[in-house]
Amino acid sequence: MAGASDILTIRSTRRAWALVTPALIVLALAAIGPLLVVLVYSFLTAGEYGGVEWTFSTDGWFKVLFERDIFDDTLTLADAHLTIFWRSVSLSLVTTVLTFLAGFPTAWFIATRAPQQRAFWLFLITIPFWTNLLVRTFAINQVIRNEGLLNTALLSLGVISQPLQMTYTQGALLIGMVYVYLPLMVLPLYAALERFDPRLLEAGYDLYASRWQVLTRIILPISRPGIVAGSILVFVPCLGAYVTPRILGGGKMMMLGNFIELQFGQGRNWPLGAALSIVLLVIVTLALLVYVRTLSRENRHG
Amino acid sequence: MAEQRRHFSAADIPGFGLTAMAVFVALYLPIVTLVVYSFNASASVAEWGGLSLDWYRKAAGNAEVLNATANSLIIASLAALFSTTLATLAALGTTRRAPFRGMTAVYAAINQPLMVPEIVTAVALLVVTAALKQATGYTGLGYLVMAHTAFCIPFAYLPIRARLEGMDLSFETAAADLYASDWQVFRHVTLPLLLPGILAGAMLAFVTSLDDVVITEFIKSPGQDTLPTYMLGQLRRAMTPDVNAISSMLMGVTILMLFAFFLLTRKKA
Repeated sequence: MAGASDILTIRSTRRAWALVTPALIVLALAAIGPLLVVLVYSFLTAGEYGGVEWTFSTDGWFKVLFERDIFDDTLTLADAHLTIFWRSVSLSLVTTVLTFLAGFPTAWFIATRAPQQRAFWLFLITIPFWTNLLVRTFAINQVIRNEGLLNTALLSLGVISQPLQMTYTQGALLIGMVYVYLPLMVLPLYAALERFDPRLLEAGYDLYASRWQVLTRIILPISRPGIVAGSILVFVPCLGAYVTPRILGGGKMMMLGNFIELQFGQGRNWPLGAALSIVLLVIVTLALLVYVRTLSRENRHG
Repeated sequence: MAEQRRHFSAADIPGFGLTAMAVFVALYLPIVTLVVYSFNASASVAEWGGLSLDWYRKAAGNAEVLNATANSLIIASLAALFSTTLATLAALGTTRRAPFRGMTAVYAAINQPLMVPEIVTAVALLVVTAALKQATGYTGLGYLVMAHTAFCIPFAYLPIRARLEGMDLSFETAAADLYASDWQVFRHVTLPLLLPGILAGAMLAFVTSLDDVVITEFIKSPGQDTLPTYMLGQLRRAMTPDVNAISSMLMGVTILMLFAFFLLTRKKA
């Protein structure tokens, strides 16, 4: 067989490189290269009307955390920036936890359907998964805004007499994020649960385990790779979210993504925006490293 | 083994079935509302004014919407075409062979657009295209096509690679044994077998490009709105039933593409 497979079209390393190079060139030009430019820009001076001036400066990085008082030149921590950082990280964490709490039973439900029915339920998750994020944010906004579905229903039922102000609050943003990112949690959880051998459950029950023990000692440990994958898939885009906070938070509930955009727009501080982008990239990379390490540990045990 | 598995029940854990149902309702209620109200004669979500296609008509009569639709279709088609071609080549180079030095780096590069937050890529491309636009004076759709091609590559690559990995080598070996040239083997054996994977990849790439908001919003020149960036611009208005109509159409396209994708990638039992 070794002789036969030698005749394969793609065999030499040189040919492999020739085949991957066109894709690599496009990625280098339009994905990887520009990131390096951002790194360079973070060390330049902000131009007066946006853009940069080609003078070295660490001001952009400095302003990520601090601000200089214009009158007496003293340094203070930039409270507004810290608030945005904290909001981004905490909202992303809470969103991850909530999507897990809602997503795990859903994935379990799909995995426990008869094989012929599973495809249907899975498809129901896949549709929102692939539906435009903007469309879904818009859809949830129509439910929760002042003249939206929920308020209209509550008003007509007489539960409330004034519409509840939900948009432009932290709560609305959280509802929106959970709604938008939930499918990203369910799919990897399902992938992990699908391979689950139900005989393990029977074994657990046979040995007088309670339902709680079966859940925490058998089901959750087995679905760990799915939990980690789902959490990363939700946490990472949450942290860099731009569309959802822009629509549901208005200008009030800015997250890191919107704050970065602001620097390239009205803020006219491209170096600060560039530095913030790198900070976001580093946090995301760290999260991904945790993911890769967890996976390789799983594989070693498996 | 699979047949021996006993069907196990969601009732094993109390509350799970109920939570799952609540999740499905919560996922679909907003989307269904949006679609239903795109057919509402009244402009308000608060009242149902009867069935009507007015908002679709209004959207279709709006020059900005038509321009955005044309841009979306041009960019998505070109990006799907280019990214699928590049991804096919890359998949042929990275599957069914012994790993070569640097293959991990190649994987990382191909999947890079999936790992970097969209806003960071958007900012990076903004910085580069702003400089290029100033230096060259060219402000056409080329930047958007290029950017979309790059971030569509991993989406096109994954189904093609999956198809290749599941493909039997014996046909190609047989063809080669019968003195087919490398090109003939590829053209008459590999490519036809690979075609469902390539089409599936192209569909994911098309949908991914069509749905992009952030990157397009950052690098577009004036007048280059795509449907999503047009919608983003409209969201400041309180009543936007015509945007409901556009959203519903976008969703329709996505669902059609997904159906086609599933048919193409379905494993034969």
